[in-house]
Amino acid sequence: MRKREKPAHPYIPNSAPKIKAKMLEEIGAKNVEELYGDIPASLRFKGKLDLPEAIPSEYALKRHVVGILAKNRSCQESISFLGAGCWPHYVPAVCDEISQRSEFLTAYAGEPYEDHGRFQALFEYESLMGELLDLDVVNVPTYDWSQAASTSIRMAGRITGRKEILISDTVSPDRLLAIRNYCRPVVSIQMVRHDPGTGLMDLDDLRSKISSTTCGIYFENPSFLGFIEHQGKVISDIAHENGALSIVGVDPISLGVMAPPSHYRADIVCGDIQGLGNHMSFGGGHGGFIATRDEEKFVMEYPSRLFGITKTSVEGEYGFGDVAYDRTSFGVREEGKEFVGTHAALCGITAGVYLSLMGPKGLQELGQTIMQRSQYAMKKLAEIKGIRAPLFTSPHFKEFVVSFREAGKTVEEINRFLLERNIFGGVDLSPDFPELESCALYCVTEVHTKEDIDRLVRALKECVE
Amino acid sequence: MIKEKEPKVRNFHQAKWDEPVIFELDTEGERGILIPEVEKEIEESVGDGVSELPESMRRDKPPALPEIGQMRVLKHYLRLSQHCLGADLNVDLGQGTCTMKYSPKINEEFVRSPESAALHPLQDESTVQGALEIIYKLDTFLREISGLDRFSFQPGGGSHAILAMASIIHAYHDLRGEADQRDEVITTIFSHPSDAAAAAVKGYKIITLYQNEDGLPEVEALKKAVSERTAGLLITNPEDTGIFNPRIEEFTKIVHEAGGLCGYDQANANGILSITRAREADFDLCFFNLHKTFSSPHGCGGPATGALGVTEELKDFLPVPVVDYDGKKYFLDYDLPHTIGKVRSFYGVFPAVLRAYAWIMSLGAEGLKEAAHIAVLNNNYILKKVKEIRGASAPYARGRHRIEQVRYSWENLTKETGVTTEDVTFRMADFGFHLWSSHHPFIVPQPFTIEPTESYSKEEIDEYLAGLRKIAEEAYEDPEKVKNAPYNSVVHKIDHSTLDDPEKWAITWRAYLKKNKIQT
Repeated sequence: MRKREKPAHPYIPNSAPKIKAKMLEEIGAKNVEELYGDIPASLRFKGKLDLPEAIPSEYALKRHVVGILAKNRSCQESISFLGAGCWPHYVPAVCDEISQRSEFLTAYAGEPYEDHGRFQALFEYESLMGELLDLDVVNVPTYDWSQAASTSIRMAGRITGRKEILISDTVSPDRLLAIRNYCRPVVSIQMVRHDPGTGLMDLDDLRSKISSTTCGIYFENPSFLGFIEHQGKVISDIAHENGALSIVGVDPISLGVMAPPSHYRADIVCGDIQGLGNHMSFGGGHGGFIATRDEEKFVMEYPSRLFGITKTSVEGEYGFGDVAYDRTSFGVREEGKEFVGTHAALCGITAGVYLSLMGPKGLQELGQTIMQRSQYAMKKLAEIKGIRAPLFTSPHFKEFVVSFREAGKTVEEINRFLLERNIFGGVDLSPDFPELESCALYCVTEVHTKEDIDRLVRALKECVE
Repeated sequence: MIKEKEPKVRNFHQAKWDEPVIFELDTEGERGILIPEVEKEIEESVGDGVSELPESMRRDKPPALPEIGQMRVLKHYLRLSQHCLGADLNVDLGQGTCTMKYSPKINEEFVRSPESAALHPLQDESTVQGALEIIYKLDTFLREISGLDRFSFQPGGGSHAILAMASIIHAYHDLRGEADQRDEVITTIFSHPSDAAAAAVKGYKIITLYQNEDGLPEVEALKKAVSERTAGLLITNPEDTGIFNPRIEEFTKIVHEAGGLCGYDQANANGILSITRAREADFDLCFFNLHKTFSSPHGCGGPATGALGVTEELKDFLPVPVVDYDGKKYFLDYDLPHTIGKVRSFYGVFPAVLRAYAWIMSLGAEGLKEAAHIAVLNNNYILKKVKEIRGASAPYARGRHRIEQVRYSWENLTKETGVTTEDVTFRMADFGFHLWSSHHPFIVPQPFTIEPTESYSKEEIDEYLAGLRKIAEEAYEDPEKVKNAPYNSVVHKIDHSTLDDPEKWAITWRAYLKKNKIQT
């Protein structure tokens, strides 16, 4: 029997033997090994990498990977009330169609000529976000909200020449870990307390901590714990009276009905665009935005790409390009503002598609239906003996804290019970907020029907009563 | 016999839709998507919902977003996509350092499936065993590929991984009480700009070593640079010139002896998979860009992953959580005593991890080596051919082979014809190609960097080379033709003067309307 020749791997066309030989001949090398002449023997890896047997056939690979993924139980098969910064919102089919296009998916860093569409789509994203936020400058997305908040704080440090940030102690703990790392050792952090009844920022604590070394105050609205911080204007005023900036993290999907932070005098606004047409993807769908007024002192402190619109040599034709490129690390290495690189551009393009589909009325209706559904859930849960919902007395947007303390149950017990009924209960807050023992953060959006909420209520009733 | 076809450029023209900016499509009353209506019982129970909003937090005017029907939104963005050349469409050799390889389509099916796309990061671990298994196994693969001991997939790109490396270096010295004293990070000019910039975010003073006539940093210069102030070294190898620094072991030794840590920027490791590793050169940290070497698509610039690896000694400094396996189940481990905390929310970009896993599984150990081999073969083939093009040269390492890429120069072309690298890059768009200059500063005069990867066929490579050759010929015959390009692209010469002027720049449509006093 003739030995079957091993076919070239489909991803590596030039491993076809005749092509390979021809190319080696052109180079004047006997074999590929010769091309590695610069790598000394002492540095060469000897032996074969210990990796699993290859699965070069696409069908077999599909069987293999699908087999592993089948061990997951997705939020599509279950009812999930998990939020905490990664939110279950409906992704319109057009968003998927665009984000899967080869042209966008596999482009990278082309010039504004062959990649005009990438520049325009991201300029439009900036512009649509600008309307939502009522601000004139928005960046090409950074990694996520954590990075957007971190950079906003560092920007404030450079703008004011000060080195301390005050942060509300109700911000996301996951995000706070990233902010802490990003500030260390240049900007120091002091936390500002909240009122245990309302959740709102304790203004006396804020006044006692703010000083001439404070670069800014960072808080989130709606807060991580779901309540609405209605003292926005007062907090911004306190910052400004002390020569500091007001920095607000916001869930953009709330802005169809809620006032954007610029209306309560925030100077830098940041947040996440995952909810705007990007799938949760186990936390992989995030993108961060930073927005400010169009003042040179702000614009020149952005590390991000900022795509601007301009003219071309042809009358009436739009061109696009980088605004103030020389502030970036691409332009001037460590002399630039922080750093820029590959972040989350495709999430930005997708968010632009989402906002275009929604329009002003869609976002208004979305905000309204989210508030109605979450209020319904809070109301029904509060009727159960042993459950308090919401824990804080302030109004809420889509997330809220549920306390099981009076029922004498831990969140772990509750969630185990719910999981058996194919419901993913809210995020356990007790590890990060010791004062919120037996409390969970629930998220209700437009994807939750009345029946979904009623099922949760029935199950919890069964569990605690 | 393989029949030789005469390589020539194609008669290309990019789509040109003359597409308006999306706000110009606004038509009152149109809608792109409807929201699920709230059930009557809910409304009866809680009312309109929004009355709950405190007065100060109500939006008084709706956001001025455009109103557009669904098909028109789709069409607009499809047209914009046609104004864009991804690696799936062009022969994307011209973005050197970025490893524009093929991103297999089957992997897109995996990331789109609900078992990946509809997973919440805080689900009970028992419901995400598949996702955790993939993360854990990719970690073990990369341990083998790098020789280091533990990986985190949290960083959202190469620069982010550099930030994480610099953070670990800082935390390491902090633990020893030397963080204040060790305030310098050393890098080289042919390492990525972020090796300098992201380290500076952590407060480090940056020392940059420049190249010698061979294109490489000098051991003697490093010896002078290190001191009790050295926190670490962040370096690429092969550097952006595609030249491998054969004395890299001496570099890591010198830095270690000075008390510093060594971080290996392997954003692009495509030419050396299974040839040489971070372990052999004695690095303490390294990172791989899953969107470069490991095939996850670049997505116009993310989302992406800089997979960060460390030695056993530095494991406890990694961002939390890492994924572990107890022989029965996979779980998230937050118990790292010296962790830097986090650099990104949750666990990173899972779709990139999943694609990298599938890519490695498709190739296996031999396939990875073959990918590296062919990437290097393609590169050296191009090197030979580019050197034959009038006006082009390959500075440094004369007569030697390169690894995965080469930083070339159009210096002679510019001197002899006035045509610059920038002019050539614009003209390349007329043939459906992309050519990138290089990172700043331009140490190599009139630079351009080509990295073919293993993905493109010889015939495609020849077509790309024909483009370069044709433009060089044009430069000598009719330089104005090159200088006024592009002609067959979506747009014509862009006026950059407004982009650096605070009075004129417009980063949003609303700013554009205001600054140009346009009424809508």
